[in-house]
Amino acid sequence: MDYFDRFAIPHPSPAIYASMVAIGLTVIAILIGLTYFKKWGYLWREWLTTVDHKRIGIMYIIAALLMLFRGGVDALMMRAQTAVPDNKLLDAQHYNEVFTTHGVVMIIFMAMPFIYALMNFVVPLQIGARDVAFPRLNALSFWLFFMGAMLFNISFVIGGSPDAGWTSYFPLAGNDFSQSVGTNYYLMSIQIAGIGTLISGINFITTIFKMRAPGMKLMKMPMFTWTALITNAIVVFAFPVLTVTLLLGTMDRLFGTHIFSMTNGGMDMLWANLFWVWGHPEVYILILPAFGIYSEIISTFSRRNLYGYTSMVASIVIISFFSFLVWTHHFFTMGQGPLTNSIFSITTMAIAIPTGIKIFNWLLTMRKGKIEFTVPMLYSVGFIPIFTIGGVTGVMLGMASADYQYHNTMFLVAHFHYTIIPGVVFAMLAGLTYWWPKMFGFMLNERIGKWAFWFIAIGFNVTFFPMFFTGLDGQARRMYTYSEASGYGPLNMLSFVGAVGLAIGFALIVYNVYYSTRHSSRNIGSDPWDARTLEWATQTPVQSYNFARTPHVDSIEAFWDYKKKGTPLFKGDIEKIHMPNNSGVPFIMSCIFFVWGFSFVFSMWIPAIITTIAIFACMAHRSFEKDDGHYISVEEIEDTEKDGEVLAYENR
Amino acid sequence: MKRKLTLLSLVIGILAVMAGCEPVMVLDPKGPQAETISNVIWISIATMAIVVIAVFALLVYVVVKYRASKQDADYEPPHIEGNPIVESIIVGIPIIIIIFLSIITVKSTYEVEATPKGYEDQKPLVVYASSSDWKWHFSYPEENIETVNYLYIPTDRALEFRLYSYGPITSFWIPQLGGQKYAMSDMITTLHLAADVPGEYMGRNANFSGKGFAENIFHVEAMPADEFDKWVEEVKATAEPLTEEKFTELLKPGHLGQMTFSGTHLEFLPPPEGHNHGSDQSHEHAHHSDDSHGDVETDHSGH
Repeated sequence: MDYFDRFAIPHPSPAIYASMVAIGLTVIAILIGLTYFKKWGYLWREWLTTVDHKRIGIMYIIAALLMLFRGGVDALMMRAQTAVPDNKLLDAQHYNEVFTTHGVVMIIFMAMPFIYALMNFVVPLQIGARDVAFPRLNALSFWLFFMGAMLFNISFVIGGSPDAGWTSYFPLAGNDFSQSVGTNYYLMSIQIAGIGTLISGINFITTIFKMRAPGMKLMKMPMFTWTALITNAIVVFAFPVLTVTLLLGTMDRLFGTHIFSMTNGGMDMLWANLFWVWGHPEVYILILPAFGIYSEIISTFSRRNLYGYTSMVASIVIISFFSFLVWTHHFFTMGQGPLTNSIFSITTMAIAIPTGIKIFNWLLTMRKGKIEFTVPMLYSVGFIPIFTIGGVTGVMLGMASADYQYHNTMFLVAHFHYTIIPGVVFAMLAGLTYWWPKMFGFMLNERIGKWAFWFIAIGFNVTFFPMFFTGLDGQARRMYTYSEASGYGPLNMLSFVGAVGLAIGFALIVYNVYYSTRHSSRNIGSDPWDARTLEWATQTPVQSYNFARTPHVDSIEAFWDYKKKGTPLFKGDIEKIHMPNNSGVPFIMSCIFFVWGFSFVFSMWIPAIITTIAIFACMAHRSFEKDDGHYISVEEIEDTEKDGEVLAYENR
Repeated sequence: MKRKLTLLSLVIGILAVMAGCEPVMVLDPKGPQAETISNVIWISIATMAIVVIAVFALLVYVVVKYRASKQDADYEPPHIEGNPIVESIIVGIPIIIIIFLSIITVKSTYEVEATPKGYEDQKPLVVYASSSDWKWHFSYPEENIETVNYLYIPTDRALEFRLYSYGPITSFWIPQLGGQKYAMSDMITTLHLAADVPGEYMGRNANFSGKGFAENIFHVEAMPADEFDKWVEEVKATAEPLTEEKFTELLKPGHLGQMTFSGTHLEFLPPPEGHNHGSDQSHEHAHHSDDSHGDVETDHSGH
């Protein structure tokens, strides 16, 4: 292959050229816009170099929403292609690239940043901290994720997208069967984003262990913070496995090793095992924060404390432990024999027990409550029945003998969307709507939000419920088409109709953001939902230092007690506050990582070496740099806190 | 809210009834293994239906009864930490359900991983099913014949499939006869099936294997033993012999129609039997051609 041929799209189509032009035009438009409105300085000072956990959280949200739409368009293409038998909209190769991209984008570049968005914004506020433990590392985490995502996203216009599924099983993903650079993109971009996630994991564990407000014992933490802690513990144990697995895959593809190959002693089963040793805990990395969000929202809008707090904590700890003991259920059909399969079946089904406890605790929280159906609450209440269907089909899939019939079919696809969409997407939309006023100082319109919810909830069920049946009828997943004689046509058409409903729902959310930005009241106070946890004890919008005085906590719902019983929250005088300085290094270093990843994708060794040196230079710079941060003076704080509602309340 | 939830459950109900009427393949078994699994699936659906109905009922109850609009404006919800009895119930009942399903799972998994019930005393028909991009090769060693993309089997006889792959991981699946199993390059996996009813069935590779995956289907025909024997004799008499040259050509990526040969490829390209063959055959084939798709996994040391 000629040198420059590798950069060309191996399998071009008008749609890809159109996207190429669209991407080019968008980039040019952004650059011109920034220059015209003289926003370069603002962008650099306020966003690119920020180490503020709230701003980083908001950048995560923007990135996650962009990726949600990217992955959503892929999903629509898939459902359109399979809507009718023998469809010619996409050919096999395109379809393979589309579903691979859909999976990777949704899991790694949508769900992951979304949970980190909310963790970033909410966790330090919920524990009464000024920022995370390592603010600059936090910026590095974000920018590494972002550059990983961008690297992945340019694949379809430069060199070709990966086409071996999001699980990227070798030997299919090896050079022999996947000749374009697509899988290199997969390996490098997830690697870069994965390093960012691992750093976040360490950062948040440290933050939650070391920076809680005085009096906030572990068993007095809000439920979302608990789930964040356990999630990050899973991240720290699971992500190194991913790092090593991707590295081994990279070695096979770029340096001719034979770790996963079919010949010369390679072991094709190894990839599947290593991938799922990370991959299954990853499922719980996504779902646990969602459980935390629902706990906060259900408790807030039932106007009641969370039922069974201790058992809620116990169940997430048990889930996190079991999450590492079930990976084999992703390939019961690999021929391990009935003993191994039986053991993994039982561990898999056992996870249903702690999960069930959580469902019942939420129901018991609503019992005797005073339920208000706001948009966040609608998502939370809608989550329960849908996730229950996802959960019980999960138990069904966990039964090894039956799994031999479900495996690799649309039944599986239906199942995991029934868990991951209510579990992650609903939770993120609920959390976003719930914390939106704290982030942006106005509320999203409830009426449009409710319309969006119903489109999404009904569209979702119409899309995915039929797949249980086509799966049982023998429709394998990842088939780009099927014959008319197979009889899968009508139900697939129904799925497509549902997918259009989902798309309308998401479009309504975008419209809601636009509408609310223009029309919503800015005068909402600091606690518009009448909530229960510390993040609502800050001003809206939240000051860079979060709390003028550190809150003192002696119950799970300190802010609620403060409002209802008058338990004092803030004691002592305002003192000067030590804050970290902004830094451009995380952004610059991540840009270098982008070039580094790109060089590896195309085996360009000279730039790879130069960027490697540059990355180490950035780290050395940090080691020798003297940066003691800065202080915010008492006068300045008092000045900004003048209108602070909470302080005003206290001084009354 | 209530109306919409009822509507939702109605839709789900209708779909569930629909499933009952149409015989979906997996729940329309034509052999003992598929029947075992089909029964397991029905038991699990019934058990899980109880859970689903219980959760839905509780949800509708609390959502309807405790909505704000139904209560006094000055109602203050109580502070309740938890209740040991309630919490033991919500732990206990799921544990009982899981124990019940575990017993069924273990029992049925051992069943479908062994020679089908009632066929234990017979000598099974051994078929080597190997996949290459994107076709299936069926070798009948005792009958000494080989087919491509179609499989004839006698009814009422135990079938033992030995699976392996000349390419990416594939999964051999005939939904109406039983569950699937992977075919991989460096070891053999064994799948036990049997057909009770003569008929034509769909077989396919269920595991994504690249561009030609969707069409990676094979045709299965189950027939009484005497018809099967007649077919074997006919093939032996009329089909052209399978040569190494011809087989190498067949392995090239692509789609082939149905083909029939006398003789099998097992003679010149033995399957990767034994344990972990990747490592001990490397020295014999150190000079593999770079034409990777034709790269054939072989093992002579086992013979």
